[in-house]
Amino acid sequence: MKILVCISHVPDTTARIEFSADKKEFVSSGVTYILNPYDEIALSKAVDLAAASGGNVTIIHVGEAAAEATMRKALAIGANDAVRVNAAARDSNFVAHQIADYVKKNPVDMILCGRESSDHNGSSVPAMISALLDIPCILFAKSLVIEGANAILENEIQGGKEIISTPMPFVAGASEGMAEWKIPNMRGIMSARTKPLQVIEPIEVAQLSKVKEYDKPIPRSAVKLIPVEEAGKLFEMLRSEKKVI
Amino acid sequence: MSVLVYIENVEGKFKKSAFEVLSFGAAIASHMKLPLVALSIGDVDESELNKAGKYGASKILNVSDDKLKSVNVQPYTSVVSQAAKAEAAKVIVMSASFSGKAIAPRVAIKLNAGLGENVIDLPEMSSGFVVKKGAYSGKAYAFVEILSDVKVISMMPNSYKVVENETAVTVVPFTASLDANDLRLVVKETIRSSDKVSLPDAEIVVSAGRGMKGPENWGMIEELAQILGAATACSKPVSDAGWRPHSEHVSQTGIAISPNLYLAIGISGAIQHLAGVSSSKVIVVLNKDPEAPFFKAADYGIVGDAFEVLPKLIEAAKAFKASQN
Repeated sequence: MKILVCISHVPDTTARIEFSADKKEFVSSGVTYILNPYDEIALSKAVDLAAASGGNVTIIHVGEAAAEATMRKALAIGANDAVRVNAAARDSNFVAHQIADYVKKNPVDMILCGRESSDHNGSSVPAMISALLDIPCILFAKSLVIEGANAILENEIQGGKEIISTPMPFVAGASEGMAEWKIPNMRGIMSARTKPLQVIEPIEVAQLSKVKEYDKPIPRSAVKLIPVEEAGKLFEMLRSEKKVI
Repeated sequence: MSVLVYIENVEGKFKKSAFEVLSFGAAIASHMKLPLVALSIGDVDESELNKAGKYGASKILNVSDDKLKSVNVQPYTSVVSQAAKAEAAKVIVMSASFSGKAIAPRVAIKLNAGLGENVIDLPEMSSGFVVKKGAYSGKAYAFVEILSDVKVISMMPNSYKVVENETAVTVVPFTASLDANDLRLVVKETIRSSDKVSLPDAEIVVSAGRGMKGPENWGMIEELAQILGAATACSKPVSDAGWRPHSEHVSQTGIAISPNLYLAIGISGAIQHLAGVSSSKVIVVLNKDPEAPFFKAADYGIVGDAFEVLPKLIEAAKAFKASQN
């Protein structure tokens, strides 16, 4: 079984987010980058599935060389090899086209992604890849098991969940619960240094959107403390002062 | 030409998010001086369909096909894309619900359109077409210009008010052609807990953390939520410990929500938790530790023991609700 896992390289969850004075660029200096947490779930699942079936896990990342440390971490967790598309990830449409193009040339049985990245939070790349390849997409998958030629997935929907059966290949977005996070061991870290990491050049893609600027939310005004003995007045206050109830 | 909104139903009924999407689409259509067309897929009766007219749609395309009874992303994408072409839609809007998040990017690819996903406000249309969305897990906003002629938007639930705008509406059956490839994926079973308010759509969320000491104490959380008509949520340690299901976990790695009111009980407010809830309009924090970081991100705070304060809040909520009726 051949599995492709799409990897994002994102600011650490505790990172302070700052932008340049013209608000056009994210300031990355001093920011620690990590493997996107949801991608780590997808990768952990892929490694388990490959171990059970004697398969191969390839990771793919669209981005610049700075991400290679993150890619080595994914190799240490258990991926067999890595591909980096050498281009700044302009937007989700650009990234999806690069990955779909790679898959057209290097077919796989399934493509696993995190359900969203913690920087752009769009959840768009997995669905776009599936549209470009015209294959099914299960975006909020909480579990995945292989049954013969099909995969059975539990997908989150409004107010509940659905059980899906799909033939391969397909794209799935991993949610919490699909797999346990794996911690790389020393052997994994040592072997990751020598696993193949191939760099390929991007294909041309028409630009359909662009970030004009970033902004930060206005900080909330100071908290209004309510003494415990007056806690019962909370709802009246929410009605008269905030009109949210 | 038109503005097309895809309105989702849950078991034949439109929810508030459908009316938000209609209201949002109506505002764009009015600015662009185009008619608003709504698209419904599935088993929805005529009187329910007519509700779309109340929010500004002049035409409703109704797709009723046995193969499309439950939401299935691939064929639904084909239907939305074909309807967009048939109506020469310039802008296609849908809710950024679980299924909308899966359908909108696919429609964008099919139509070679730029995508604005998880949009939280009306687009700026005076020069170009610029949408506002959350970025960096609630820590920032991005303003994204959509450069293509046809544009696809998914809008976050609870981010636009419902506006009534009674319009004469006609319901028109619409048939889309589906090929075998569209129907490879099979939905074997749908399981809904219909008695509960759905978390991403909820206007009020009552959420609790480790301060509740154990799953056996969640009765009070559920009671308060039920009185307020709220959804229940929890912090990551609570779902990790198996006290509550993962589907209730709000944070950077759980569900991100933007309710009108977020009540956090016994949650310290780690930065990852704040990332999932910081776009809530009003935040109330109850915690016994006055140094809990959540107080810095809150509008109202109560420093006290949850087991002492919650019964008071439950009584107060009951009295408040009774006084409203």
